[in-house]
Amino acid sequence: MTAEETPPTETAAEVQRPVLSTEAPARSADIDRSGQPLVEMRNIRVSFGGVHAVDDVTVDLYPGEVLGLVGGNGAGKSTLMKCLSGARPPDAGQILVKGQPATIHNPRDAKKYNIETIYQTLALADNQDAPANMFLGRELKTRLGNLDDAAMEDATRKVVARLNPNFQNFKTPVKSLSGGQRQAVAIARAVHFNARILIMDEPTAALGPAETAQVRDLIKQLEKENIGIFLISHDIHDVFDLSHRIAVMYHGRIVGVVNKDDVTPDDVLGMIIMGKSLEEVSAEEKASLH
Amino acid sequence: MSETPAAPADQPTQGEPRSGRDSGGGAYSQFKRAGGALYRASELDGRLLGLMIALAVAWILFDVASRIWGQGGDSIFGGSFLTPRNLFNLSVQTASVAVMATGMVLIIVSRNIDLSVGSLLGFLAMVMAIVQKEVLPDFIGFDNPLTWIIALAVGLALGAVIGGFQGTLIAYVGIPAFIVTLGGMLVWRGGAFLLASGRTIAPLDENFSRIGGGTEGSLGRLGVDLGIGSDTLSWLLGIGVVLILVGLVVLARRQRQTFGFQTRPIWAELLVVIGGGALVLAAVGTANAYHWPIRVAERYAVANGLEVPEGGLILSTGIAYPVLILIGVAAVMTWIARRRQFGRYVYSIGGNPEAAELSGINVRRTLMYTFALMGVLVAISAAITSGRLDAATNALGQWNELFVIAAAVIGGTSFAGGIGTIPGAILGALFMQTLQSGMVLIGFDTAQQNIVVGAVLVIAVGIDTVYRRRTAT
Repeated sequence: MTAEETPPTETAAEVQRPVLSTEAPARSADIDRSGQPLVEMRNIRVSFGGVHAVDDVTVDLYPGEVLGLVGGNGAGKSTLMKCLSGARPPDAGQILVKGQPATIHNPRDAKKYNIETIYQTLALADNQDAPANMFLGRELKTRLGNLDDAAMEDATRKVVARLNPNFQNFKTPVKSLSGGQRQAVAIARAVHFNARILIMDEPTAALGPAETAQVRDLIKQLEKENIGIFLISHDIHDVFDLSHRIAVMYHGRIVGVVNKDDVTPDDVLGMIIMGKSLEEVSAEEKASLH
Repeated sequence: MSETPAAPADQPTQGEPRSGRDSGGGAYSQFKRAGGALYRASELDGRLLGLMIALAVAWILFDVASRIWGQGGDSIFGGSFLTPRNLFNLSVQTASVAVMATGMVLIIVSRNIDLSVGSLLGFLAMVMAIVQKEVLPDFIGFDNPLTWIIALAVGLALGAVIGGFQGTLIAYVGIPAFIVTLGGMLVWRGGAFLLASGRTIAPLDENFSRIGGGTEGSLGRLGVDLGIGSDTLSWLLGIGVVLILVGLVVLARRQRQTFGFQTRPIWAELLVVIGGGALVLAAVGTANAYHWPIRVAERYAVANGLEVPEGGLILSTGIAYPVLILIGVAAVMTWIARRRQFGRYVYSIGGNPEAAELSGINVRRTLMYTFALMGVLVAISAAITSGRLDAATNALGQWNELFVIAAAVIGGTSFAGGIGTIPGAILGALFMQTLQSGMVLIGFDTAQQNIVVGAVLVIAVGIDTVYRRRTAT
């Protein structure tokens, strides 16, 4: 069940991916983990000064899988993902994409492996409009090498329309847009460029209920297209609804990776708070959470 | 389901008038609302328009003031400011600072600063002067027609190298731009002194000094030399610029129509074309109305065996070369800022450096290039300034860094980064020069001039800050 190799598209016409549908998509109950993992991160280590923000972490992700990454503040979730997105290269460890060792030193490298990231901060240039942000770093150009603003606006209109039909402000700086609209721009950017691996860092933290539902639908759509998704979230319910597996981090380490169907939210909560694996969290400790 | 707090739902935040205040009816408020709608539909840059209005007001005020307190003149208000002679000089004096201000916009937009431009101007002018007066004659002799090109090329290349070097220290080593360019300010000023052991190098190569303008360095002289009349070339230039303006408007409109986007109303397009065209032709007319000094014309006539008609030989000065250079620089820089990937990166870095980095933009290289580009523009200004003076001195370009930064800032460039336009900076430079020239005509001394310029700078930025807070863009 390996994902098809698709080169990153640069033309607006190729945006055919159905991003949103109104009917609830059927979940594929099981992920086939017998084949090649999409991503393997092995023995990843990141230190800030003497502190190990990420300490010898190994995770993998399969095509079509959503891996929930949970843990308290400072557990190392975001730092781990920065290793994959190129924002902060690891100090030690290895990353494999489809079984091949990948060298990711900066965000440009990551994009070559079709790794796209939706950051918690959205990472938008506030003074630029939506098309400029969507194509930031990958601008469409005319034959003469000038920016093709009209083509970029056209492509942006098509992608964003599926994410947020009410979106109309394609000429204003994104600074003046609402939280949901800004989120739509950030997601559109990741979706448009044929992500095979998608990192979503707190994708719903700044959103209202309606927009949160849209993002959840989107995640379910993307997993059907065999995209692997790392989902970082504080919201245990989100993670439970959307993930196939859940990796719990605590003080820079992974304390356990559990199959969602085998555990309850309380089990995961216990792991997050106690920093112990599922077996080590006792019944009394779990009871004390309430 | 979700525990996230409810955020405000999507609202149209743009394009709607902030109504409510003047909903009382009445002729005035109706007029005001209609005017607002007119203005919004035209999609004109409000800040730029405001600056142009301020400029027009300043010109009229100075003209009137020069009649009252100064010597007066023969302009429509009886002053000496709005005369062809003064406006021609104003355009030439503005060029040097304006050329550098276009580069300073990109530097400030990317959240940096360049304090070294004034000293670098002095250094590059000195290098170009030495090349043309002391190095090249040994190889190709004096008055070689290639001298000015070689000297200019050396200056441009050296400007790019020095700017790129300072940019490398800033972008790759991580030394703050303020420190690097403060150091550069001292180093290059000292370097200019050492290069010539403190001498002034003058006069410069005849062709080179034409870069600085004057009767010799204008389209009028070129037209006379070519035998097609002194005012022809300037008019051709003006018509060419108007045609390009029309072409750009039509092209942009057609492109938006191809994709089925909304276009500006046709009357708004016409307004831009007619208004812009009228300004261009008025500028050409003014430059052509400034005639050669009678002595100069006579001397030229004698030297070239021309007949001097009764009442003297009337020749138009026309558009000066520095202004021609400024027009070219403005066009190229606007193109770079708005139509090229590099410009987009510069503005994106200014808007959010972290986002730019995460988007895969090579932030360091982009920043280094902005400083290299600044160095090239400084070299152009160095040629203009030294050519105008027909000499390279140690003090050349002193304080220019402050005028350049002030021009960019008055033109709407924000120190917070990400905001600023090339045309705004040029208008800012014109505004600064207007203040200086105007106060000279009134008879202000240097101390008074400095006080006024300083106060205006702060007031202009204050108005801009309040305006920006109101419109929240």
